[in-house]
Amino acid sequence: MSKASIGRQTTWVEKALRVALYTVLLIMAAVYLMPFLVMLLTSLKDVEEIRTGTLLSLPSTLDLSAWSKAWGEACTGNNCGGISPYFLNSFQIVIPAVLISTLLGAINGYVISLWKFRGSDLFFAALLVGCFIPFQVILLPMARTLGWLGIANTTTGLVFVHVVYGVAFTTLFFRNFYQAIPGELVKAARLDGAGFFTIFYRIILPLSTPIIVVTVIWQFTQIWNDFLFGVAFSGFDTQPVTVALNNLVNTSFGGKEYNVDMAAAIIAALPTLAVYVLAGKYFVRGLTAGAVKG
Amino acid sequence: MKKIALGLTSVALSLAAAQSQAGEVEVLHWWTSGGEAAAINVLKDEMVDAGHTWKDFAVAGGGGESAMTVLKSRAIAGNPPSAAQIKGPTIQEWGDLGFLTNLDDVAEAGDWDVILPGVVSEVMKYDGHYVAAPVNVHRVNWMWANPEVFRKAGASIPTTWDQFITEAKKIKAAGFTPLAHGGQAWQDATLFEAIALSKGSKFYNSAFIGLSDKTLRSQDMIDVFSTFKQMREFVDTGFSGRDWNIATSMVINGEAAMQIMGDWAKGEFTAAGKKAGIDYVCYPAPGTSDAFTFNIDSLAMFKVDGKEQQVAQKDLARLILEPKFQETFNLNKGSIPTRLNMPRDKFDTCAHSAMDSFLASSTTGNLVPSMAHGMAVNSMVQGAIFDVVTNFFNDDSMTSEEAVDKLARAIKASM
Amino acid sequence: MNTKAANSGSQKTQSGRPARLSLADWMPKIVMAPTVVVTLVCIYGYMIWTAVLSFTNSRMLPSYKFVGVDQYERLFNNDRWIVALTNLGIFGGLFILICLFLGVVLAIFLDQKIRAEGAIRTIYLYPMAISFIVTGTAWKWLLNPTNGFEKLMVDLGFENFKFDWLINPDMVVYCLVIAAVWQASGFVMALFLAGLRGVDGDLIKAAHLDGASTFTTYRRIILPSLKPVFFSAMVILSHIAIKSFDLVAALTNGGPGYSSDLPANFMYAHTFTRSQIGLGSASAMVMLGCVLAILIPYLYSELRGERHE
Repeated sequence: MSKASIGRQTTWVEKALRVALYTVLLIMAAVYLMPFLVMLLTSLKDVEEIRTGTLLSLPSTLDLSAWSKAWGEACTGNNCGGISPYFLNSFQIVIPAVLISTLLGAINGYVISLWKFRGSDLFFAALLVGCFIPFQVILLPMARTLGWLGIANTTTGLVFVHVVYGVAFTTLFFRNFYQAIPGELVKAARLDGAGFFTIFYRIILPLSTPIIVVTVIWQFTQIWNDFLFGVAFSGFDTQPVTVALNNLVNTSFGGKEYNVDMAAAIIAALPTLAVYVLAGKYFVRGLTAGAVKG
Repeated sequence: MKKIALGLTSVALSLAAAQSQAGEVEVLHWWTSGGEAAAINVLKDEMVDAGHTWKDFAVAGGGGESAMTVLKSRAIAGNPPSAAQIKGPTIQEWGDLGFLTNLDDVAEAGDWDVILPGVVSEVMKYDGHYVAAPVNVHRVNWMWANPEVFRKAGASIPTTWDQFITEAKKIKAAGFTPLAHGGQAWQDATLFEAIALSKGSKFYNSAFIGLSDKTLRSQDMIDVFSTFKQMREFVDTGFSGRDWNIATSMVINGEAAMQIMGDWAKGEFTAAGKKAGIDYVCYPAPGTSDAFTFNIDSLAMFKVDGKEQQVAQKDLARLILEPKFQETFNLNKGSIPTRLNMPRDKFDTCAHSAMDSFLASSTTGNLVPSMAHGMAVNSMVQGAIFDVVTNFFNDDSMTSEEAVDKLARAIKASM
Repeated sequence: MNTKAANSGSQKTQSGRPARLSLADWMPKIVMAPTVVVTLVCIYGYMIWTAVLSFTNSRMLPSYKFVGVDQYERLFNNDRWIVALTNLGIFGGLFILICLFLGVVLAIFLDQKIRAEGAIRTIYLYPMAISFIVTGTAWKWLLNPTNGFEKLMVDLGFENFKFDWLINPDMVVYCLVIAAVWQASGFVMALFLAGLRGVDGDLIKAAHLDGASTFTTYRRIILPSLKPVFFSAMVILSHIAIKSFDLVAALTNGGPGYSSDLPANFMYAHTFTRSQIGLGSASAMVMLGCVLAILIPYLYSELRGERHE
């Protein structure tokens, strides 16, 4: 849908438009980058320089000490291990939670769009509401439920909570994607004697790569960034990295070490950033493949 | 090797104390900043020496807001920590719900009724039984000042709020920020209650404990709000949302002249290597020199399962009241010990003055609980007062009369 | 609904191996069962529980002393709640409009065979990857007059430049809008970009051959075909707006005063720090009402759309 395909000659007006286009895009890019840039620059300065300099001034020397401190030495109360132990906690929560919620979402989506039964649409509508309830509401009843199940303040408990409140989103994604798959495909396979799981495994799953990518990225980001569930349902040794970060930046020892805070913040955000930077292309591609056509 | 050595000490100690086994205590708190963390570390070390395991559950931020969420979630899950940092009337609320354990045997063995001032032990009891152990007494109505800034501005330390306004104007004219302040609800309330206290402890008690409608709507209260609003012009533009310790560092750096803040601010001065009486000075907040606004930190003990855990919990309660812990903890935290008649030579002049004032005010009736720090009213009324006070401070159009009316109505609605 | 009939029909007519087919028939229900149970308990069960609590005088922990609609009366007599609701209106409206506008414009711009599209797209998208717990501090600085934009501009020589929205109770809600737009607009852009890529190229070529200008093509043909994307974006954005909590907690903590409070923060503060679970539950129910007001039209159009298929 570009002008080049029409094959017109580029006039100077079009050239000027082109320059304007790039200018706007680049200015916006600068705006989007600004907060991150401030964090990055601050993390590389020493405390004195932060106090005297401006936000965007470059650090005079490249000082990585704040980073190593944030990773392994910074203290919260009695614990002086930086945020690295919590990093591991987060992975222990995120990986199973993402896998389980994605798998459940795929199967639910498969049923809702290709194996409809009485009430499956109604259930889908009911499930959608689950995407929207403010999570603060469920903290207390969920705490009691976890207590009953005997998984309060454990990693298992946190995984459970994230799966429960993630499955609505994952089902929505997969359902919208599978909606585009013709029902005849399933019917034909059934005539050939293929069962419920065989069809899913052999036919549907191989088609699902784009939406799996979208779902995994979405879930990974949501769960990694969660603070509310993390703080309310974790035990003292299962706290995720967002909680540790919050503890760290709210702690000070005679003057705030903003460079350490910022380094810790960037470290805590690295996994999700990496996912977006490395897999961003597939994200947009996956969205194109149908997730937005709901 | 170290573990074995510790184990041996623990055996020796437990034999000495009672026939106890090594248990573990999980302590939920939000003492995470500088002096606070050093202070709680003392307790941890003593528990480890006694052979117990210390699980440190620190949740920082927001004056314990997140920590309270955690505590509620854990209590409702049936899995509360052994001890949690709870204070004032909130202890009664938890006691009402039947979550707290009885510490009377520890208290009796340690003579708590004798060594604790009446006002302290009252807060620690639910239904006549001890359920919490006090770690310290903070004086809230302090004013911290940087004498260097005063010298440069040619101003003198104010002792009344009228003087404060005159001197602050001089300081502002000299290019300094007169009042270091952070725009958070509890800091606004700390300043507000200091001004209210200058109207006398009778007025203060009637307003913030009795919640008397007549006092809340009185001319005195209107004056308090007016003075409070005047403070707005003495803070710098960046005050909104600032943490208290950042405000303290403005006084330390000589950017600002004064801060109205409890004695935990001293920990920041100490951590920055400043000396009381030389680099900084402490005075009672203007007009409140003979009064003492107290804020008592305490660890409330929850009912836990398991004999070892219960023993460890009792040991924790016992250790908190030992003179050694009281001294080290309070030296670090900037507060004064809850125990009476402690040796005081290691404490600085500010702490001495607080101790004297604590004793003196307890006989004159000028010893009052801090509203801003949850010692005077429950969290519902406190929240209602916070809303009105902080909104008034930031709203240019609200008059003092309107604020007084809102305050009286908000308090009534919250009860 | 028809499928159900077809399924049971198929069981009879094609049953070479009835046992296996009947298992296959039950399979969809069996695999859905865990999700159904969990949804009923953890979403609807808890909602009903919250609804019940909103009619009680629960304080620190839930109690079941009923007080009728008292809590709702108190809620709507509470200045802070009114401020929070008004803020949600201003914040939500502006946030959704600006995000949609920026999203569409940036997506169209990026769709012009831009060099380094991948890099620029990633830059626009990355804020969505980071929680506000992380970026909150940076935003606090940028918006703070003593060390943020204002200082930057003054240092650059614009001495009268003023940008003090963060400390101005009347303007602070717009700070929330700025930060929230920064976070979500890139995601909206990605949605629209995906939508643009899905538009039938032949349609556009045909329009160009008919002599339509680029602008007209977009206005008449491309944008109307993106209607479902607008819809999805609207739903996602309103859901972000209603749930906004971290944003306020990290950026302003409701201040100055309580002028930047949003309903989620009001609810949290009253339920957890102020021991007013009854009042908090009532506010949660009002929020749920807002959610349903958005969801029901969406669901209606979704399910109606299916009947046409």
